[in-house]
Amino acid sequence: MKYLCLLYFDGKQLDAMSAEDKKTIDRDSLAYDRELERRGHFIAAQALQGPDSAVTVRIEGGKVSTTDGPYAETKEALGGFILIEADDLNQAIQLAGGIPLARRGAVEVRPIYDVPQP
Amino acid sequence: MGDVAPTEIEAIYRAESRRVLATLIRLLGGFELAEEALHDAFMAAAERWPRDGLPANPRAWLVSAGRFRAIDRLRRRARFDAVAPELAARIEAEASDAMPETDQTIADDQLRLIFTCCHPSLPGDAQIALTLREVCGLTTEAIAHAFLTRPPTIAQRIVRAKARIREARIPYAVPGPDELAERLAIVLKAIYLVFNEGYSASSGTTLTRADLSAEAIRLGRLLVDLLPDAETEGLLALMLLSDSRRAARTSPEGELVLLADQDRSRWNQGQIAEGRRLVVAALASRRADPYALQAAIAAVHGDAPTAEDTDWGEVVGLYDLLADVAPSPVVALNRAVAIAKRDGPAAGLSLIDALLADGELADYHLAHAARADLCRRLGQVAAARASYQRALALARQEPERRFLERRLSELPPE
Repeated sequence: MKYLCLLYFDGKQLDAMSAEDKKTIDRDSLAYDRELERRGHFIAAQALQGPDSAVTVRIEGGKVSTTDGPYAETKEALGGFILIEADDLNQAIQLAGGIPLARRGAVEVRPIYDVPQP
Repeated sequence: MGDVAPTEIEAIYRAESRRVLATLIRLLGGFELAEEALHDAFMAAAERWPRDGLPANPRAWLVSAGRFRAIDRLRRRARFDAVAPELAARIEAEASDAMPETDQTIADDQLRLIFTCCHPSLPGDAQIALTLREVCGLTTEAIAHAFLTRPPTIAQRIVRAKARIREARIPYAVPGPDELAERLAIVLKAIYLVFNEGYSASSGTTLTRADLSAEAIRLGRLLVDLLPDAETEGLLALMLLSDSRRAARTSPEGELVLLADQDRSRWNQGQIAEGRRLVVAALASRRADPYALQAAIAAVHGDAPTAEDTDWGEVVGLYDLLADVAPSPVVALNRAVAIAKRDGPAAGLSLIDALLADGELADYHLAHAARADLCRRLGQVAAARASYQRALALARQEPERRFLERRLSELPPE
């Protein structure tokens, strides 16, 4: 089964870190992606730019309207994702627990919904 | 012989993965590390076996591959986890002076796993979830589906149970002789709960529930193999003899069919024969225990070609023994019903009325249903109606409710 691991953390906390610490986090995160790849769990992963770079799009009365900022304004914002392949939810939870950034925020694990073929 | 088909590796996974996991937990000292190692070992097998051919002993190969992959991974993890290199070194040192795994140690590992999953310091529902996932290899999602609950609920039970095993340092061991009986009783209770969950009639989900009963029977067989004992034999016999009637106990429309009305040609004679053999062995080897006695009662029914041929005297005698070793209001109720069959409805009715007067069965729908049935047979229509209505008010499962409604509608006018 496929699961999406959504990484939430406080961007301000990350901004306050030294360049050296940031580099370590980036290196560890990339290393974990490679670890998942080696073990056959990795499908895709990306980090996101900060929530202040977000634009939220809606269709209102048939017209596209946009607002600055993320859809949900929270202290811990969506900062990245990893799409994994796992045998079941408990294995997905275990793999999510190994994500280095999980130590600085939270990881939401969501099973992928297979849309039935019409 | 360089061609090993993926289906062959899958078959080995189904046959060996639980045994390999049980051994890896002992060698690596924890569930998480062992589960990762199991995964890695089969990854390695999928890569190597098609190229190099099937190893002479795939199980030993997998254990060894899992162990060395775990050591590698702990070393790579050193930067995040200060104790990882130390653990890696210890596992490596133990690996170099370990004896090869014998069939006996492998069997003991499976017992260790079962006893750890059913450790008394884990809550009952966690014991069941953990056993089904670790010992039977069911996915979290499959367990949730079978228990009609959501996967995150089951997942949390498993996560918490594993944390508890780690934090309380629950040993990965088969209990010693002094506590074996007590601990075995907990394991058997968990297996029987899994069976009953799968056996209790519930419309719509009958298929997945039958799977649960099959898992419980598989666990019972494993336990009889690993730990032959009157109690484990008794439980397996009870499950087989109950399950033998599965096809006959619901009509094609999903309605409940009582034992007396079942089409006995649809009973599974193979399960009845196996159950009967086990009952005989269990009752011969030791003082009668509750599972073996309940199985013996089921075997008496299994022996009767028609409901009228049932040896009710034998059934009452077995209930007398059961009431002696495991007294409970439900056993007393079943004994009263058997006495009604042997001596007539009036004899049973006075016993049931006495039980209901005690109060403990006042909210048990089957006590009122049994009373209603005896009143009906005695021609006491008003009393029968009142008791069926009481039973209906208390019954929760749809097929049982429909059955009671049918009985009510069939009562003659007063």
